[in-house]
Amino acid sequence: MGKLLQLTAAVLLIVSSPAQSVDWRGNVTVQERLFFKPPIDPRQHGDNFSVAAQAEMYHEWDDGKQNISFIPFARLDQGDDQRTHADIRELSWSYIARDYEWTIGFSKVFWGVTEAQHLVDIINQTDQVEDFDQEEKLGQQMAKLSLIRDWGTVDLFVLPGFRERTFPGVEGRPRVIPRVEKNLTSYESSQEDKHVDLAARWSHAIGDMDIGLSWFHGTSRLPILTPAQYNGEIVLAPFYQIIDQAGLDMQLTRGSWLWKLEAINLDGNYVKYKRATGGFEYTFYGIANTAADLGLVMEYLYDSRGELATTPFEDDFLTGLRLTLNDAQSTDALLGVIKDRDNSSYLFSLEANRRIGDSWKLSIQANKFLADGLDQSLKSFAEDDYLQIELGYYF
Amino acid sequence: MKRILLLLLLSVSVTPAWALTPEEKGLEIAKNADLRDSGWGDQKQTLEMVLRNKQGQESRRQIRGRSLEVTGDGDKSMSIFDSPADVKGTAFLSFTHVNKPDDQWLYLPALKRVKRIASKNKSGPFMGSEFAFEDMSSQEVDKYTYKWLRDETLDGKEVYVIERIPVDKNSGYTRQIVWLDKEIDQPLKVEFYDRKDSLLKTLVPSDYKEYLGKYWRPGQMMMNNHQNGKSTLLIFSEYSFNNGFTDRDFDQNSLKRAR
Repeated sequence: MGKLLQLTAAVLLIVSSPAQSVDWRGNVTVQERLFFKPPIDPRQHGDNFSVAAQAEMYHEWDDGKQNISFIPFARLDQGDDQRTHADIRELSWSYIARDYEWTIGFSKVFWGVTEAQHLVDIINQTDQVEDFDQEEKLGQQMAKLSLIRDWGTVDLFVLPGFRERTFPGVEGRPRVIPRVEKNLTSYESSQEDKHVDLAARWSHAIGDMDIGLSWFHGTSRLPILTPAQYNGEIVLAPFYQIIDQAGLDMQLTRGSWLWKLEAINLDGNYVKYKRATGGFEYTFYGIANTAADLGLVMEYLYDSRGELATTPFEDDFLTGLRLTLNDAQSTDALLGVIKDRDNSSYLFSLEANRRIGDSWKLSIQANKFLADGLDQSLKSFAEDDYLQIELGYYF
Repeated sequence: MKRILLLLLLSVSVTPAWALTPEEKGLEIAKNADLRDSGWGDQKQTLEMVLRNKQGQESRRQIRGRSLEVTGDGDKSMSIFDSPADVKGTAFLSFTHVNKPDDQWLYLPALKRVKRIASKNKSGPFMGSEFAFEDMSSQEVDKYTYKWLRDETLDGKEVYVIERIPVDKNSGYTRQIVWLDKEIDQPLKVEFYDRKDSLLKTLVPSDYKEYLGKYWRPGQMMMNNHQNGKSTLLIFSEYSFNNGFTDRDFDQNSLKRAR
């Protein structure tokens, strides 16, 4: 942490020196979540207010060949002390040459193409307290070398150290029941969170096909959760095994169709499985003589463990509708339903965004959970339907 | 053999204009204009978009653009959005093609995600403006068939008036009428007719300046939509050529770094 502070200080010195041109941006977001039913666990909070801020500082020099990026993030949460947290999303230096690029420091990398879930994307840990949709990620310490060739880009990663997944606290909502207790975290590796992970990815665009092949060896980002006793309470203890994960992601873009596939093979001493997501997105352009587009998304979610899977999506279908108005306020809405094929577990979600003026953005999100059968992970959320209203100021 | 070729070439170039059909003449004018504007290599510019609705309310966007000339195919281009603030850092990469659909990628900085997007939607609005994607992409001769209509004077300038019909059936237009300045071989006005063949939009480029002693670029482009009463003004500045761009400046890696 001391080193981190030194680095932060160094960056602040560079970006605050007046001779340098620094690109600044950021946002402050207030968020209110309204719940409709009392929680399953009476310690969980009711309606909840939260405020988050993110700043981005970027400076480049050497004719654009070198740059530093610094993105701190923080959230203050009314009800959940675990959701009140701060993170360095990025603090990295990059060097860009004609046929290779280096990035060293805390950074973020995204791999994948599908909408329902991101299986292949493994470099960054999920910042799960942010949103249960798992889109938010923690910064990951890395040395990344990208080799750019005619036959594609090869990214090579050395990842010195691991970030634990964040989980909602006792008061947090929505969350799994019983709750996850971070103090009971354990690792397969004797080096615990100091294990040096390795990863590689080849990606290439061939005509209308975008394809990626990836490999990862190291600490699983997704912990195995096992029931345990903690101060007389039943909780879930996270255990991080060492895994080898091979991944494939591809997208075929043809006419109004996007065909997508993500597949992984995860191999560990404790748990091994295959998972895949595949489907399409078809867009109707200029519906009803307007500028609006309506997209239909269908994806199938597979997990080789079937009903024993630790995630709720093992034999499910996502059906989604994406409405894009293409107006000056960039209004869009996404309605999604994930349904289990064998039982009547549903997850409904509706998300809509609209810019207000030049600097504000309003986002509304509604989630409804209907659990049935053995989907224990979804059952926890059964009383946690909520409406989220978010207003962000961007500068 | 060489002499025959030379003779052939000569005979083509000395064919008097009155011997051509209106279609041949239209194509010849388009080819000449294209030839005159080729060889620029690469360019970058900044762009301000002023969107006005029927009530006169304005909203503005700042976009930086760069493009690379590709011989024998459409050009490569990248647009980087500086405002509105919530889309700052979003970048759009496009490989224009003459005979097949364009390749397009969008970079979303919040997720660090590059998304390949469908390019079929040529008639869709670019950034909520009155410019369609097909209006913003590089103009290639083979994208249209042509017909010369007449010569006339527009605002004191000698112009060719040409009708051009998009080859791509996904185009939002049945036809366009172009008023092409004879002196600089650049359009002074374009009328766009929708799929029902009624007048949809009028484009008026203006404030042309010459760069590198050869290439004419507009300072402004005004697009008026006659059907919805909205307009979009593009204000170009900071044109720069010979930036030394290569394919490497137009790949997914540079898209992720675009700021």
